[in-house]
Amino acid sequence: MNLKELYQEIILEHGKNPRNIKKTDNYNKDAKGDNPLCGDNVHIYLKIDENKKVEDISFEGSGCAITMASASIMTDLMKGKEEYEVKEIVKDFLDMIKEKDKLNSKLLNEDEKTKLMCLSGVKQFPMRVKCATLSWHTLVSALDNSQEIVNTEK
Amino acid sequence: MNIKDIKKEFPIFDNKVHNNDLVYLDSANSSQKPKIVLDRIYDFYSKEFSNVGRSVHYLAVAATNLYENTRVSVQKYINAKDKNEIVFTKGATEAINLVANTFGQKYLDENDEVLITELEHHSNYVPWHFLRKSKNIKIEFAEINENGEITLEAIKNKINHKTKIICITHLSNVTGAILPIKEIINLAHSKGIPVLVDGCQGAPHLKLDMQDLDCDFYAISGHKMYGPTGIGVLYAKKKWLEDLPPYQGGGGMIREVKKKGISYGDLPNKYEAGTMATAQVIAFNESIKFMETIGIENIEKHEKKLLDYAIDLLSKNNSINIIGNPKNKGGVISFTIDGIHPHDIATILDEDGVAIRAGHHCCQILHDKLGLPATARASFGIYNTKEDIDHLNRSLNNCKKIFNLK
Ligand SMILES: Cc1ncc(COP(=O)(O)O)c(C=O)c1O
Repeated sequence: MNLKELYQEIILEHGKNPRNIKKTDNYNKDAKGDNPLCGDNVHIYLKIDENKKVEDISFEGSGCAITMASASIMTDLMKGKEEYEVKEIVKDFLDMIKEKDKLNSKLLNEDEKTKLMCLSGVKQFPMRVKCATLSWHTLVSALDNSQEIVNTEK
Repeated sequence: MNIKDIKKEFPIFDNKVHNNDLVYLDSANSSQKPKIVLDRIYDFYSKEFSNVGRSVHYLAVAATNLYENTRVSVQKYINAKDKNEIVFTKGATEAINLVANTFGQKYLDENDEVLITELEHHSNYVPWHFLRKSKNIKIEFAEINENGEITLEAIKNKINHKTKIICITHLSNVTGAILPIKEIINLAHSKGIPVLVDGCQGAPHLKLDMQDLDCDFYAISGHKMYGPTGIGVLYAKKKWLEDLPPYQGGGGMIREVKKKGISYGDLPNKYEAGTMATAQVIAFNESIKFMETIGIENIEKHEKKLLDYAIDLLSKNNSINIIGNPKNKGGVISFTIDGIHPHDIATILDEDGVAIRAGHHCCQILHDKLGLPATARASFGIYNTKEDIDHLNRSLNNCKKIFNLK
């Protein structure tokens, strides 16, 4: 296992200075998620416009570097995407974290892919996979307007 | 037995973790097991196995004797008056649930108060919370001071005429604070209130004397005392065990079962329904003997030395904040590092073979009070050495390096 792969510069940087950490004004979708084993939690806020595009996305929460960096990078790259695209990207990301080595996504450019690939280091740390995926599951829950709190233990 | 060589008694240390020697600093969670305990489980199953207390054949009688021998060993170890004051459970959690359930049934009514502390483990809060739901009782929390201690005063402040039982930890699994339990018990008894002590962290590290302490209930976890999982002890004064209703119903705990009615067995059977963790109980006797051979005074001395050394070293390390500063403290150090989340610390330490715990350690009430979602925790056992602490400190420096901290 390799700590350098887990804690790459970009993760440390996003973990320390997470982007989009606020509550979007006039958000119209949101969801909460926690990781009860770790005590990590996130709250995702979305503003979807009339064309079903993500006009704004933000989050609040606390957690380890992986949780915070993952939420930060995710919110950064979802802005301007259409709702169906968001769901595709989440699926591609979760596939990468769970099994695939590469991130196969038609909807992301190379730069975005490289950023997300930085999170693939968690694969070697099974206990930390949930940290990387928490905000992504919570995002889907927000899109679906599910009232249930996402729980990584379920 | 020389305490310096004790690691050798624990086969787990023959293994490598990520190609490093194991530095095990998670004994407050669960301790490692010496070979004699492991051997005892294997020998019992391979040569002596039978269920206990049911049959008259050779193996059954022998197994029953072995099982009861552990009861006597525990009785002596904690200086209880009577061997029937020792009830085996699956762990401290079950011991506390047993008391909450039976005492609650018989003695708690709407608006009665159970006094616990902000230091309590979830297993000394949630069972009482059930009664808050089912019987509308109230739970009061004695508050910690700035050192992370619970003083006699803090308890006194919360006692009133509605207080029906006081339930306190002996030694905090987060701040390490050792509570003045004898004084608390005296105070409680002067007001006619019984006391339950969660002795999970007390029993592996401190000398116990139930008769001197005079507590009503004392819960012990076998797996934290170098014993197997699946075994705990409830010590309870005989008058309580005779007075309270049974907890679980089933085989072994009855005297006579008729269609019209059932009478219950005598102590200790009354509280040991069903097939118990026989092999674990029998192997637990070896853990007690192991601790006796070393001597609890030596264990206390050794762990105190380690604690002083660790506090000294970690306090000198910039950006490490130790949680709580109790005057009377056991071998538990919870800490944070500015700029690194405890889970990241635990992952990085793990790569070096250093096992610590990160999270709220089943003490969310305390972490809320401290305003911390999580802490990192290093806790000691008899096998730990100064080298382990040095290793911890080096790994913590490595965390800081990875996170670009000074
Ligand atoms: C203070 C305290 N109380 C209770 C428990 C629960 O004990 P057991 O695992 O034996 O049920 C623990 C162990 O985590 C503990 O540290």
